[in-house]
Amino acid sequence: MKADSIVSLDHGSGGLASQNLISGLFLKYLTCPQLRDLEDCAVLGEYAGRIAFSTDSYVVDPLFFPGGDIGELAVHGTINDLAMRGARPIALSLALIIEEGFPLADLERVIASVARCCEAAGVAVVTGDTKVVPRGKADRLFVNTTGIGIASHRIEISGKRARVGDAVLISGTLADHGITIMSCQAGIAIGGDIASDTQPLHRLVAALLEEEDGAVHVLRDPTRGGLATTLCEIARSSKVGITIEEELLPIRPAVNTACELIGLDPLYLANEGKCLIICDQARAEAVLQLLRRMPEGREAALIGRVVENREGRVSLTTRIGGSRLLEPLTGQPLPRIC
Amino acid sequence: MCLAIPMQVVEIRGGGDPLFDPQIALVESDGIRKEIRLEMADRIPEVGEYVIIHAGFAIRTLTVEDAEYNLSLMRQMADMLEQQGRLPGVPE
Amino acid sequence: MKETDAFRSREITAPLVDEITRSLVRPVRIMEVCGTHTMSIFRHGIRSLLPESIALLSGPGCPVCVTPASHIDAFIAAARLPQVTIATFGDLIRVPGSDGSLATARANGARVEIVYSPMDALTLAQNEPERTVLFPAIGFETTAPTIAATILQAERMGITNFLIIAAGKTMPQALEALLADPELQVDGLLCPGHVSAIIGSEAYRPLAEKYRLACAVAGFEPADILAGLLALIRQVNEGAPRVDNCYTRAVGVEGNAKARALMDEVFAPADSEWRGLGTIPGSGLVLREKYSRFDGLRQLGIPLQPAKEPKGCRCGDILKGRLLPPDCPLYGSACTPLQPVGPCMVSNEGTCAAYYRYSGQKGRQQTNRLNNL
Repeated sequence: MKADSIVSLDHGSGGLASQNLISGLFLKYLTCPQLRDLEDCAVLGEYAGRIAFSTDSYVVDPLFFPGGDIGELAVHGTINDLAMRGARPIALSLALIIEEGFPLADLERVIASVARCCEAAGVAVVTGDTKVVPRGKADRLFVNTTGIGIASHRIEISGKRARVGDAVLISGTLADHGITIMSCQAGIAIGGDIASDTQPLHRLVAALLEEEDGAVHVLRDPTRGGLATTLCEIARSSKVGITIEEELLPIRPAVNTACELIGLDPLYLANEGKCLIICDQARAEAVLQLLRRMPEGREAALIGRVVENREGRVSLTTRIGGSRLLEPLTGQPLPRIC
Repeated sequence: MCLAIPMQVVEIRGGGDPLFDPQIALVESDGIRKEIRLEMADRIPEVGEYVIIHAGFAIRTLTVEDAEYNLSLMRQMADMLEQQGRLPGVPE
Repeated sequence: MKETDAFRSREITAPLVDEITRSLVRPVRIMEVCGTHTMSIFRHGIRSLLPESIALLSGPGCPVCVTPASHIDAFIAAARLPQVTIATFGDLIRVPGSDGSLATARANGARVEIVYSPMDALTLAQNEPERTVLFPAIGFETTAPTIAATILQAERMGITNFLIIAAGKTMPQALEALLADPELQVDGLLCPGHVSAIIGSEAYRPLAEKYRLACAVAGFEPADILAGLLALIRQVNEGAPRVDNCYTRAVGVEGNAKARALMDEVFAPADSEWRGLGTIPGSGLVLREKYSRFDGLRQLGIPLQPAKEPKGCRCGDILKGRLLPPDCPLYGSACTPLQPVGPCMVSNEGTCAAYYRYSGQKGRQQTNRLNNL
């Protein structure tokens, strides 16, 4: 590729090339005033409430996929981690590690995505960093985002708070992101409505907590490891059992077919725009209706309940009325032929 | 080691040259499409028929009737069980 | 998906479960010999619906599980060669040989790609002419023709950088060896659906007659499996062992001659080692001499070295249905799904892996329900 179309080591050195990259590319899209000041640190205002703080790194392959890209994942992922503790996202940092030779056009695409998602979510990137490493020392692009949020004092949401009798709900369809990525990797042309579900959930959570903060005990987004692994983590944390119904799980037919074709289990595939909610049984119907009224939660469903079991046992009642234990995922999900 | 699923054939492509243009089936289900090799199919499917797919190959071609027959047998069995309480011919 | 939904509906499965329950007049031991059957039984929670008097044993039906460590070691040796890219089914990635797995090799810098089809491995070879692409050719009769077709395509196209290590196996000889063991106590055999699509339901008749063994060919949906189990129980009750074909939509009496011809063109039968079971005559597939240019062992100079079974591993007894996973000294301690020692724990549908998932490490305390295994 031509020299001026790729990222070079100079771009990460702090000199003129770096300045040009920042002003010509990053600041073209990321328009937060604090970022434009080009200080090494952003000083935010004063806020009432408790500070919430989360970080995540993104190394997805492929970088661009149906429904999104690494930039979108990076913005939504950290916003969602904050939201899952009931915190309102205030600001994000964005750090990039770029492999020498990475196409500038692709970098621009990623930054444009980041900017677009920040704008839509109402959360800004206020500080950032860029490093370039020699060819072969990184796989094209690694992204890290860190987020600061504010949690109101009355919110007490954690994986330890599930109680026997609670209802278990999911805000929408399962495995969309995971199967999108695995299908790309397996070379299956994705048709139908398969695409990553990456989206920010902070507004959904805010609306939920506005109405039902007392009733909501646990929030978590079932990312890596899928729904099953997340349920296992919560069950163990809270020292309860969880039982879910296969018939009630919202899964798109195309997602099911793709899973069958490659030999993957949708319960163990990542979701990047869904939220698991564990709440008081008495408020379950109200919570469900509230979720469904929001665009992010239109396909929300009640999928199970919390039961007595000190060992954190999670079980699935299958479509034919059988029963199956769900264990956490060990290692990456792998396609199978067996 | 038998993971294989049935999908409907929506198009037959190629066949002009066994080397550079081998005959393949395009299958579809719920919006998912995949190109499938036909070298080991017991017979070449027609559009609208079904194939059972394993590792990117059709291992068996079924007519709609074939697919339905098995199902209708099972349905009959289920109905008989429900109505009569047992299958005929089972020793007490 | 709509093609399979009906076979998962309670409308059909519930009456079958009821009839199975009613028809069981004495304890019955059924063995299934297909990893996909094991997976499906587990996935749909079928055991939990069946009465305790039916014991479902998992035999050596998982090609990943029965691939001997010597072959795994050969795959890894190939992976370690700098010019070689391994293109493999995902099932093999975490299988341990004598020293690590393909995943370990990848972590140490080897190029290991997962493919959905052997044709994808050939395409990779075409796209990367400077690499040698090697496909570990595991599988039974369902998969062997796909690999044969790929070899023939490679031959036609004159592709010189595509190799396989032939590690495929065939079922009938293994079943014969299994059933010939006087200690094996099985009343019925749930026959593998898609292998049967290739070899035909008639292939099991000699076994049914010689060993007075009930046989039923079954598909993989819950209704298929339950129908197969019911057929077996009825045969046992009638004292009339035969081969029932409960998967008529995929399986004929004679099987798929075209697929068998493909296999026969490229592969020859040979004696083969089954992990945990020892050598079974005529049960393996090797490349015919005319296709030896695709033989990875020969072309890359990789010796097939006998590998020692790990000490204390009881997979052989488990694969023969003689032992339950919790009875193995390594189960749950030295041998877990994350760090499997033997084949039964290695693959997701290996008996021990499925058992572990179903009952966790506390398997010993739950033999009550799970003596079904």
